Amino acid sequence: MDGDGLEGSVIIGLEIHCQLNKLNSKLFCGCSTKQQGLEPNTMTCPVCLGLPGALPVINKKAVEYSIMVGLALSCEIAEHTQFYRKNYYYPDLPRGFQITQYDWPIASNGILTVEADGEERTVRIRRVHMEEDPGRLVHQGSIETSKFVLVDYNRSGMPLLEVVTEPDLRSPKEARRFINKLRNILEYLDVFDGSLEGALRVDANVSLRGGARVEIKNISSYKGVERALLFEISRQQNMKRRGVKVTQETRHYDDERNCTITLRTKEQAEEYRYYPEPDLVPLSVKSWEPRLKATLPELPDARRERFKKQYSISDDHAKVITSEIRVANYYECVAGKCEPRLAATWVADYLKGELNYRDRDIKDAFEPEKMIYILEQLKTGIITDKGAVEVMRALLDEGGDPKDIILSRNLAKVETDITKAAVKDVIKENLEAIRDYKDGKPQALNYLVGKVMKKTNGRADPAEVNLLLRELLECT
Amino acid sequence: MAISVKDVQHIASLACVDLNETEQERFAKQFNSILEYFKELDGLNTEGVEPTYHVIGLNNVFREDDAYEPLPQEEALKNAPRHEKGYFKGPRIV
Ligand SMILES: [Zn+2]
Repeated sequence: MDGDGLEGSVIIGLEIHCQLNKLNSKLFCGCSTKQQGLEPNTMTCPVCLGLPGALPVINKKAVEYSIMVGLALSCEIAEHTQFYRKNYYYPDLPRGFQITQYDWPIASNGILTVEADGEERTVRIRRVHMEEDPGRLVHQGSIETSKFVLVDYNRSGMPLLEVVTEPDLRSPKEARRFINKLRNILEYLDVFDGSLEGALRVDANVSLRGGARVEIKNISSYKGVERALLFEISRQQNMKRRGVKVTQETRHYDDERNCTITLRTKEQAEEYRYYPEPDLVPLSVKSWEPRLKATLPELPDARRERFKKQYSISDDHAKVITSEIRVANYYECVAGKCEPRLAATWVADYLKGELNYRDRDIKDAFEPEKMIYILEQLKTGIITDKGAVEVMRALLDEGGDPKDIILSRNLAKVETDITKAAVKDVIKENLEAIRDYKDGKPQALNYLVGKVMKKTNGRADPAEVNLLLRELLECT
Repeated sequence: MAISVKDVQHIASLACVDLNETEQERFAKQFNSILEYFKELDGLNTEGVEPTYHVIGLNNVFREDDAYEPLPQEEALKNAPRHEKGYFKGPRIV
């Protein structure tokens, strides 16, 4: 459904909430941000529980991280910024309001480009602001049928950055790419670990041109974003086809059932009654900009260009390799010791392919040193491409040492003598194919190569076999 | 805009506060008298006066990114009227 008939008619805007989970402490209190897997309500204090009299004080590093993200997204940093109380009654808020930013967000007016079917699309960033994460709700059964709700405030007060785009995205695929690229930038900045559960949550606004806007709340997985949008778009298209008007509403995405359901929001729930947070003093931190700009690391787009120049690798390879900081670091480690183009093929195509197939991350792969060893064996002709793939698979599935794997599985290439003998045998045994070849059917050669490979259990070098066969066939 | 008893009931239900009829009427009356006072403030000429968001005039107060010991779970749950398996227990949402 991607593209066809959708392009030009779909309008998508995103609000992406990212936890600044590399910080040591929460946004307004000293509770640790390491709350993954903890028992509920064991990482709280009077501030993040909203107890009377507790005073929030902002984490300086959270402000620095926010400015760095703003700069990485080409935003303007605000001269003055302050916090507001956003009032709503919901069990995930211990105080009955969330501390967030409203007027004067820390950063605004940025851009991020994403790939959109052969061209680059510039997505405008409306604002980037800081806010605290609410608590986590556990429903008994589904959100609709649950009789009560259990609340864990460990997450309450976790530092969040909300990145809000203009409605510049035109397909679910672009939305997914945008989110991946944002995640990638945040990981390059080392302010975010996207592999932690709940680290990134998305609200999406979707409409068909001319139709009402529907907001989908709380999509909590990367894959969920594209699926939720695809579902919502086809729902709206079906309504349009039947002549039913799409109404403006808020819907909840149910990941398990892959559908969106309407949330009966309480009347006036949208009136948040923002007012300035009197317990937190305003910030004037634009002067930090030059200092923080100087600390910005090389970002994905810049690294991609450098890789193309420095290692003479293709744009496609450079893109795949730099689209995740861990892959890029892995590659640089391998490329420093091997032929960089060979390393690119083996990291971008083979290793990433094997990892994707196993639904695993580069951090669960074997060490770069083992990759270097494999590529050395390959380069010096000890193993074949096929053998190298087998070593990689064994390392991923069972671990171990590449040297042992090559030995124990007899992956070292057979000696030329043995290959020669196998070639001679094959020629003797396949007179018909040889006649075909001499009659001008070149595909017969592939057949013969296959036979030799079979005879040597795949340990001969196909290029060498090819050469030997040709030589022998020419002179018989 | 005047605050009706119905408005008070609505706000009370959102805030999970039980108010009896006498209280509802009393609060409606008090809210209205506060709004009356705001009307008086609305009459003042504030041309050219900068809005005040904070009264103490401080800015840039930070804490370092250091973690401290959190409250023990029992302590965190102590004031909650209902809890279960270490969670606070709240009313259904939708
Ligand atoms: Zn706390």
